[in-house]
Formats: sequence, structure tokens, C-alpha cells
Amino acid sequence: LINEKKVKPLDKTEWQGVAVYVDQVDGKIHPVTYELIGKAQELAGKINQPVYVLLMGYNVDEAAKELQHYGVDKIFVYDDEKLARFSIEPYTAVFERFIKQNKPCSILVGATTVGRQLAPRVAARMRTGLTADTTILDMDAETTDLSQIRPAFGGNIMAHIVTPNNRPQMATVRYKVMDPAPRQDEVSGEIVHKKINAKKLVSHAEILDIVPKEPEQSIESADVLIVAGRGIKKQSELAQLEALAYLLGGQVACTRPIVEQGWMDVKTQVGLSGRTVRPKLIICVGVSGAIQFVAGMDHADTIVAINSDPKAPIFKNAHYCLTGDLYEILPRLIQDIKAQRGHKNELQGVH
Amino acid sequence: MNILVCIKQVPATSKVEVDPDTGLLKRDGADSKMNPYDLYALETAIRLRDKEGGKVTVLSMGPLQAESIIREAFAMGADAGALLSDRRFGGADVLATAYAISQGIKHLGEFDLILCGKQTTDGDTAQVGPEISEYLEIPSVADVTKINEVTKENMTVEMELPEALEVVKVDFPCLLTVEKDIYQPRLPSYVLKKAAKGREIPIYTLDDMDDQDEDHYGLTGSPTQVKKIFPPKTNTDHFTFEGNDEKQADQLCDKLAELKFI
Ligand SMILES: Cc1cc2nc3c(=O)[nH]c(=O)nc-3n(C[C@H](O)[C@H](O)[C@H](O)COP(=O)(O)OP(=O)(O)OC[C@H]3O[C@@H](n4cnc5c(N)ncnc54)[C@H](O)[C@@H]3O)c2cc1C
Ligand SMILES: Cc1cc2nc3c(=O)[nH]c(=O)nc-3n(C[C@H](O)[C@H](O)[C@H](O)COP(=O)(O)OP(=O)(O)OC[C@H]3O[C@@H](n4cnc5c(N)ncnc54)[C@H](O)[C@@H]3O)c2cc1C
Repeated sequence: LINEKKVKPLDKTEWQGVAVYVDQVDGKIHPVTYELIGKAQELAGKINQPVYVLLMGYNVDEAAKELQHYGVDKIFVYDDEKLARFSIEPYTAVFERFIKQNKPCSILVGATTVGRQLAPRVAARMRTGLTADTTILDMDAETTDLSQIRPAFGGNIMAHIVTPNNRPQMATVRYKVMDPAPRQDEVSGEIVHKKINAKKLVSHAEILDIVPKEPEQSIESADVLIVAGRGIKKQSELAQLEALAYLLGGQVACTRPIVEQGWMDVKTQVGLSGRTVRPKLIICVGVSGAIQFVAGMDHADTIVAINSDPKAPIFKNAHYCLTGDLYEILPRLIQDIKAQRGHKNELQGVH
Repeated sequence: MNILVCIKQVPATSKVEVDPDTGLLKRDGADSKMNPYDLYALETAIRLRDKEGGKVTVLSMGPLQAESIIREAFAMGADAGALLSDRRFGGADVLATAYAISQGIKHLGEFDLILCGKQTTDGDTAQVGPEISEYLEIPSVADVTKINEVTKENMTVEMELPEALEVVKVDFPCLLTVEKDIYQPRLPSYVLKKAAKGREIPIYTLDDMDDQDEDHYGLTGSPTQVKKIFPPKTNTDHFTFEGNDEKQADQLCDKLAELKFI
């Protein structure tokens, strides 16, 4: 425990390798994992160290084989019935064992629901530092110190954080922040099967049930919103916006006139007398950009406006402006995205 | 049921700015309040106590002025409160914060349930709760959205996973971090506020802790170091795509792919 007498000074050369925690449920690997592998390869390359992945779960052979397509050096696998479902104590025990046996200098964990509770528990057990939700990561080739940059205060400031006197140095990273490692046809990386004493896998929490969630409906929680404005002439034409929202994993919202016409529910109205939203992406289609509307969405990360009137006020708020007929632009955009998708799936393999 | 709630004092606004000369946070008019996410934890505790019986204690670590949020907790219905305050606790990162709080909890006694907010609005890491549970060697469940059942030995709660809800039965003692909206927090009561007015709030320092090694607390006990704080790059991107409708659509698609929306 921390009560131990003064520890001997840290020998950083004892800590080698950049490790990635594989976030998986029922063998299905969360895509943030591939993004972290991509980053880990870049970081490890700078200090000439190997890339490890840590995979724990039950019946995860297929997942381990899949990971061989991403160019990592070693895949450490802990396969046990007691690890079938995420549970904090056994997962922490496995993580601890992995760290003690392999001594990685850095560990990246996806900031998923699981990663955000597992990583701190592991960091506390190892008495080391953990940087939350990092958006930029770099490696100092000389000191092997990770340079970690993260937003705090709700994104109002950025902090540059280092962990110079402790190993491993740990960071969580959100999904869709880093670029994924490309999937390769050839297989590489050694699968190392590991066992852990059953006594270590005791849990004081029992998982009784897993209930699939109904798809999230509120527009406040959507990462992507497609907004229908009065530029849409018929209710049936909302289908195009639905199609676009589906492709981008988002939802359709609207301006007040659309609600007044009875085309959409008042719960989907953005603005002063509607909901305030802060999605990652908002595409306003045929929306003029009245102040009462803009008040509800101007904190969105990326704002796109499609409007035929070059003088429409929405263009003042938009980061990306398309001046033209929505009836020409939307079908083409949908077609383009489908083409992109197809191309990407060919490259990545479908998961 | 003996419940402890961890509450933190945070700046009243999250619209902080960085002083370009000093690189430090400008905390204009040191207005502060209880971390809004902790209101949900406190509400959860009060409801559990009202139903199951027992006592709600709140604990905060911070400067002396953090006393005000303990009073606020009294006005909502907490039974007892304590403050951990010592300059040697200052400048702590998550590890040192969680360690000091876990030492403080041990000093206060034994609890069946420890509740934390989902995260704070300042440091914003959501890591303190899980790290406290590690130091106390008790199970924890994060992002709890619902409490289904409470028995003498355990409680059954729902935890949010990306595509599912996990229903977990967890033994006491345990630590939960609760999601926003688990219950609607009540407003402070004027009567309770008045009753708590002159009430003394115990303040504990490093000298009250089991482990009195200064190196385990505050800045020296913190493995992470904030090297620099700076304002985020404001998005001044403003592109007007050129060309006919189809060309503009193509450019938008490329941009969306570049921004990883596709
Ligand atoms: C107190 C108060 C509160 C309000 N609260 C809200 C609120 O919460 N939310 C809200 O939305 N409004 C609110 N409003 C109403 C607001 O002032 C505007 O009237 C409303 O936002 C306009 O909606 P719109 O942009 O869809 O329609 P319009 O202003 O009619 O704009 C339609 C746009 O579509 C474009 N267009 C037309 N055809 C095409 C085409 N084929 N291709 C491309 N573009 C095309 C036009 O150039 C135009 O810019 C409120 C008003 C008041 C007074
Ligand atoms: C810009 C910035 C970035 C930072 N980044 C990191 C980082 O990446 N890693 C790191 O280790 N530290 C970091 N810190 C330091 C960290 O924010 C503080 O150590 C803080 O004491 C605890 O973290 P938090 O505010 O994120 O709390 P969270 O973990 O978000 O809080 C969760 C819950 O824990 C309880 N809690 C938290 N603090 C207290 C308290 N003082 N008293 C009582 N209950 C409490 C509350 O119930 C709260 O709802 C950062 C600080 C700043 C200013």
C-alpha cells in the first residue's frame, strides 16, 4: 500500500511498451480500441518500444484473432468465465496482473462507460497518474514521458498534463478522437494466453441482467442533428433528412414553423422556446437562422448550413456554408456518404 | 443505512478564462457553488435514508470556504457534515484527492454506502469516485441511473452501458457514482437552513488522518502535473463551399469524412 516507506527512485528503463486496453462486450470490440492502437503505434514508434493489447473476457478467441490484423506486437489474453461481463473487481485484478508482469510504460484506455471506471480503479491500485479524456497525446523520445492534453471546465480550457515520476502513465481517450489503425489482410502479433488465479476474480457485485437499451430519442443527447426548416416544402420530404440522419448516426430536429405545421413533435424543436442542443455536428437544412433558433444551437461543435439564400443569417453562424437548393444537395450528399461508407468498409472489414 | 456523500465546491460558472500573461485561471469574483452533479448524489442519499432509515453525512475536501456547501447540504436534509481542509491537501490531483478523502472517510467511521457525483464541472475527470473505492477496497458501480431494490446486505442498481443497461446487485459496503437525473434534487428548505445556522462543522486536517505522511497528499502526492493551461482553439473555421450544388455536396461529404462523422 501507499504506506510503504520511501520507494526507490523510478527506473524508467524498466517500463517498456505502450499498452491498449481492448474494450469489448461479448467479443464485439469497441472501435475506440482500433483508434487507440493507431495512436499507440505512433507513440511506441518514437521510443522504439512494442505495442501490447490487453484483452479480457470469456470466449474471446475470435476477438484475439481479429486483433492480429492491426499490427500490434503482443496480444495478452485472459479468457475466463468470470470475466464474461464487466465487473470492477475481477477486471481490476486482471489489469493489475498484466501491468505487474509486463511493465508497460504507458497505457491507453477508451473513455467508454467501462473504461472510465476501470482505468481510475487500476490507476489507484498502481498508485499512478491518470489523465482523463485526452484529446492530444505525444511521446517525449528522451524521457518516455507522455504529453497529454485534455479539455476541462466543460471544454472552456485545455490542460497539458504529464506524469514524470510514475509508471505506468495512464490516459483515457474518447471515441472518435484518434485515427484508427488500418486493418491489414496479413496476420501479425503473438497471442499470449494468460491464466489468473480464480481467487483473484472474486466479485462483490453480481450482474443480474443486461437489458438492451431503446435507442436514445431526445435531441439533447444526440451527437449529430439534422434540422428541418421551412425550406422543406412537404412533410413527406422529411424522409430525406431521416435518411441523412440515419447515415450519420443522428436524429432529425426542426425549427418552430415545422412544429406549428404539425409535421414534427414539439420535443424536437430547437431554440429559445424549444430545446438547447450542443451536438458535435448540426446540419441546418432550409433554416434561415433567426436569433430565437440560433440561441438554442450556437454551441454546437460543427455547424453546417444549406440554404438557397446567400444572405440567410444562418451563414453567419455556420462553419461550413452551402449556398444552393436543398433538393439538389441532399440527394447528392446521401449518395456520396453511401459511397464513402462502402469504400471504408472495404478497407476496414465490416465489424 | 449509514450513507456518506462526497461533495465538492466548484466555481459558479464554467466560463473560466486563462490569463494570457500568467497562464493561470482567472477566477473572477470567487463565486462558487456545490458541484451540480453532487446534488443528485445528495438527493439519492436523502431519499434512501427517508425510506430505509439511517443517516446522511456529507464530506468535502477544500478550502475553509467550502463550509458553505456543507450548510447547503444541511438545508437539503443531510444530518451531519465534515470538511477536510489543510494546506497540505492543496494542489492534489485525482489520486491524492481520492486518497485524502478515503482517509477522511475512515476517520469518520463505517458507512454502508458512499455516493459520489458522476463528475465535477471544473476538473471534470469523473475519476475520484472509482479511486476512492479502490482505497477503501470496496466494490463500486459508476453511472448509476436507477436504484431498484435495497436489502440489508446489498442493493440492486442499473448502470448505463453504451448499448445496454446492466442490472447489478452489489454488496454493502459499496460506492456508487450516480448519473444526472437519477432523481430531481429538492430545493433547500428554509426551515432546515435556519436550524443549521450556527451549527458547528468539524474540520479535519492531516493530523487527524491515520496516515500522516505528507508525501501522500496534496501536490507532492500527485503523480500528474498540470504543465500548462490554455484556452481552446476557437473554431474560426468559416468555409463557403464553391461550385454548383453537386460540387458543394461532394466537398461537404469529404469534410464530414475528414471530421470522422462518416
Ligand atoms: C418569442 C419567440 C420565440 C421563438 N422561439 C423559436 C424557437 O424556439 N425555435 C425556432 O426555430 N423558432 C423560434 N421562433 C421563430 C423564429 O423567429 C423564426 O420564425 C423561425 O426560427 C424560422 O424558422 P425557419 O428558419 O424554419 O423558417 P424561415 O425563416 O421561413 O426560413 C426558411 C429558409 O429556407 C430557405 N429555403 C427555402 N427554400 C429552400 C430550398 N429549396 N433550398 C434551400 N433553402 C431553402 C430560405 O432561404 C429561408 O432562409 C420564435 C419566435 C419568437 C417571437
Ligand atoms: C484543468 C484541470 C485538469 C485536470 N486534469 C486532471 C487529470 O487529468 N488527472 C488528474 O488526476 N487530475 C486532474 N486535475 C486535478 C483534479 O481535477 C483535482 O484533483 C480534483 O481534486 C478532483 O478531480 P475532479 O474535479 O475531476 O473530480 P471528479 O472525479 O470529476 O469528481 C467526481 C466526484 O467525486 C467527488 N469529489 C471530487 N472532488 C471532491 C472533493 N474535493 N471533495 C469531496 N468530494 C469530491 C464528488 O462526489 C464528485 O462528484 C485537473 C485539474 C484541472 C484544473
